[in-house]
Amino acid sequence: MPQPIVATNDFVVKFANVNGSGSASANGLFAKSVLRMGVPIASRNIFPSNIQGLPTWFEVRICEAGHMGRRGGVDMMVAMNPQTWDRDVAEIEPGGYLFYDSTRPMPRSRFRDDITIIGVPLTEITNAAYSDPRQRQLFKNIVYLGALSALLDMDVEAVKGAIAAQFKGKEKLIPANFAALEMGRGWAKENLACPIGLTLKRADAVGDRIFVDGNQAAALGAVYGGATVCAWYPITPSTSLAEAFEKYCNRLRKDPETGAKRFAIVQAEDELASIGMVVGAAWNGARSFTATSGPGISLMQEFLGLAYFAEIPSVVFDVQRAGPSTGMPTRTQQSDLLSAAYASHGDTKHILLLPEDPAECFAFGADAFDLADRLQTPVFVMLDLDIGMNDWLCEPFAWDPNRKMDRGKVLDAAGLDAAASFGRYLDVDGDGIPYRTWPGTHPEKGAFFTRGTSRDRYARYTEEGAPYVDNMQRLLRKFDTAKSIVPHPVAIPAKEKARDGVIFFGSSSAAMREALVALEAQGIHLDALRIRAFPFHQDVAAFVAAHERVFVVEQNRDAQLRTLLVNEEEIDPAKLIPVLHYDGTPITARFIQAAIAERASAANILPFRKATP
Amino acid sequence: MSYLPKPKLHHPKLPTNAIGLTRRDYEGAISTLCAGCGHDSISAAIIQACFNLSLPPHRIAKMSGIGCSSKTPTYFLGAAHGFNSVHGRMPSVLTGAYLANRDLIYLGVSGDGDSASIGFGQFAHSIRRGVNMTYIVENNGVYGLTKGQFSATSDLGSVAKKGTVNTDQPIDLAAIAVQLGATFVARSFSGDKEQLVPLIEAALLHEGAAFLDVLSPCVAFNNHAGSTKSYDYVREHNDALNKLDVMLKRDEITVSYAPGEVTEVTQHDGSLLRLRKLHAGHDPTNRASAMHHILERKAAGEIVTGLIYVEPNPSALHEHLGTVPTPLNALGDAVLCPGIEALERINASLR
Repeated sequence: MPQPIVATNDFVVKFANVNGSGSASANGLFAKSVLRMGVPIASRNIFPSNIQGLPTWFEVRICEAGHMGRRGGVDMMVAMNPQTWDRDVAEIEPGGYLFYDSTRPMPRSRFRDDITIIGVPLTEITNAAYSDPRQRQLFKNIVYLGALSALLDMDVEAVKGAIAAQFKGKEKLIPANFAALEMGRGWAKENLACPIGLTLKRADAVGDRIFVDGNQAAALGAVYGGATVCAWYPITPSTSLAEAFEKYCNRLRKDPETGAKRFAIVQAEDELASIGMVVGAAWNGARSFTATSGPGISLMQEFLGLAYFAEIPSVVFDVQRAGPSTGMPTRTQQSDLLSAAYASHGDTKHILLLPEDPAECFAFGADAFDLADRLQTPVFVMLDLDIGMNDWLCEPFAWDPNRKMDRGKVLDAAGLDAAASFGRYLDVDGDGIPYRTWPGTHPEKGAFFTRGTSRDRYARYTEEGAPYVDNMQRLLRKFDTAKSIVPHPVAIPAKEKARDGVIFFGSSSAAMREALVALEAQGIHLDALRIRAFPFHQDVAAFVAAHERVFVVEQNRDAQLRTLLVNEEEIDPAKLIPVLHYDGTPITARFIQAAIAERASAANILPFRKATP
Repeated sequence: MSYLPKPKLHHPKLPTNAIGLTRRDYEGAISTLCAGCGHDSISAAIIQACFNLSLPPHRIAKMSGIGCSSKTPTYFLGAAHGFNSVHGRMPSVLTGAYLANRDLIYLGVSGDGDSASIGFGQFAHSIRRGVNMTYIVENNGVYGLTKGQFSATSDLGSVAKKGTVNTDQPIDLAAIAVQLGATFVARSFSGDKEQLVPLIEAALLHEGAAFLDVLSPCVAFNNHAGSTKSYDYVREHNDALNKLDVMLKRDEITVSYAPGEVTEVTQHDGSLLRLRKLHAGHDPTNRASAMHHILERKAAGEIVTGLIYVEPNPSALHEHLGTVPTPLNALGDAVLCPGIEALERINASLR
């Protein structure tokens, strides 16, 4: 047997559960307890598209160094699901630990020789202590949390603090949970060698960071960004975004005296109606958005083309999941870039914002509304399931107290009276952005007909070629204007001069940063650039030009960001080397490091040269 | 049909309404529909109704989908914003617009292809939500812009211009609107201005989901023998339920009727709908019996028109949602952004 793994504040624990068993809250308590000890964690739910009875997993990466990506590999498995036992046991790293309910004896063949087996008779303990079947099930989760706290040498006060916080408002339940915790903790201390090789130690590495999921963060961003209309249709993994918007609005957006709502949320009959309502509300001057995922984006295509062509500010939060079609609805991917960037028939291009974590989901969630109003066009905030539905440890939400909404070029009655003339599609300022009016503004001036058909600068219907081309060219100028006002890319220069670079975005960022550290330790130096928006800022093309080769890391099969780079920046595709992860699990640093190291070292042996014809 | 610009000048003695506007102030661009198209008569009725009610044109939002009917908002209320959206999706765009600003009057214009086929779902859901709107379907039973295919309101056995016989059951949008919970449902005929104008007026004053199914013959593709949506056929089978007079709060009510002859409904805004009964068995304030009556008359081969159902005290989506009286599009930073202190508290709760 290999040496048992010994690690402090740097290991991965995975919980294998059955969904609907109440395990999620106990697992969350474990995660929060570690945070309360000042030790950073990255946690991920792996769950099926189902409500009760199927396997779920909760993976907690404990990492004092602060790496927030998924690491890969499991040091300790808490195997609570007989259905997935064999694969769960197989996933443990050699030298790792298996924690299981030993009430019923298991044949020796179902274990492994190269891991430490820790059996706790959880069912026996809870059956003895409780008579109600529901209580037996729920408290079993707290009993294993107690046993783990002893095995991992956790600060019991941190665990109790997490329990007390969880039951805030339902204080009656706290003593019973403390008792179950002590039950598990006491049994482990009495019967097992505590602690094991994996231990937790108080640290001061969490700081003022917050622990939150991206969907909540984006929804709060929409509240701060002044959104008043939300129309949506339930779809995993975006549902919790609309629900969080409702939760925050009910808390923050009601008239304090009357209780009347300063927001309107409609659960539409489908995604077509959702985006239709968003377009109608935005046309009429309200900040409005929808939240959806890939299949919804497919359904919204026609309206997105209308919003582009008729120039209506509309915000879409796309929490991406694994496609195509229904795909893997509860697994993550970054595979809607192309269908969002070029949504709808005809020549269209749209603004995409690419947040890396919940802190940026909040920031971009608010910025999206300013950008949509300023540019009078749809803006997509591209989350994915990994950011959207998992709690991330990230910087606290930040807000400039002096910030005001930028409603863009909107003429009110006084503005119309002062203006020499009004043409809805007239490029007065040379930036491609025309002036608009809201319905009901002025008795005589500023009314126009909004349409998806071609029109001239004064919004008059026309099928003449010249005004059509004139309008399409102006839309391109507007897209150029967008390049300088969308979030700029962020560079991470290598410590030493680097020939090669790497481009990455969104939820790959945490794993990428960790991979950069590991690659550097291997002697592979790369300049890195994190792209935060489409269209690309000029720095992106400059970055590619400054390097011999650029790796493009993304979570889809077809290298969609690379396609956008080649297409929009006219980059030689041979320069852009795809690094693609798309099995539905979040990308890991180990994967990126291996993929880049393999190609980088090959290049070291055979210098890269263009073949002569 | 005509590309000549409309002359702006009009006779100085044209009558004006309560807000000093003439009927001409409610007009739009010259229609490009076929000469004799029923839709143009509906546009004229809308103009007349808005003039009669003295509505400020710029406080009306004209919403439509795609098709001949959806083109018509260009031809009335030139001072109002219009939105010619995508096929079958007018109801969702109108719903969104209404959410943004509850103070405007929303006039949705659609066709039978737009509302009974591609947009059947949106038609249904906008009505069951109680969007405060006037939803007019200009119903000709045919796809005009694509030259004569049957629509979902074509009657069973109806013959197309090219000779095909329709074998599908028709969708009766008015009956469905009653079932869906519309609080105002009427049917009329583009050729009967006397009936149509007061129905549009009453619908515009109604503070809830008002639905009007207006039979509107297509002279190019559905006005031949064998069609059940032709001028001749509709005139022959038209069976009016009632005769409506709309009296505004400010109007003096002079004529009086014997009891049983009329049904009077006071709408929420104070307007009085006086219905002179033409059908003994029809009660326009009872949803179930109104439904029963129109199904019964339909079975007898009649096209019943008039005010089918009205709820005198409707409620609308904004009331259901509990939104503030101020239009959402008029709310500023001070009430929309919760501020830095609230954010600090949220940050603290996430640690």
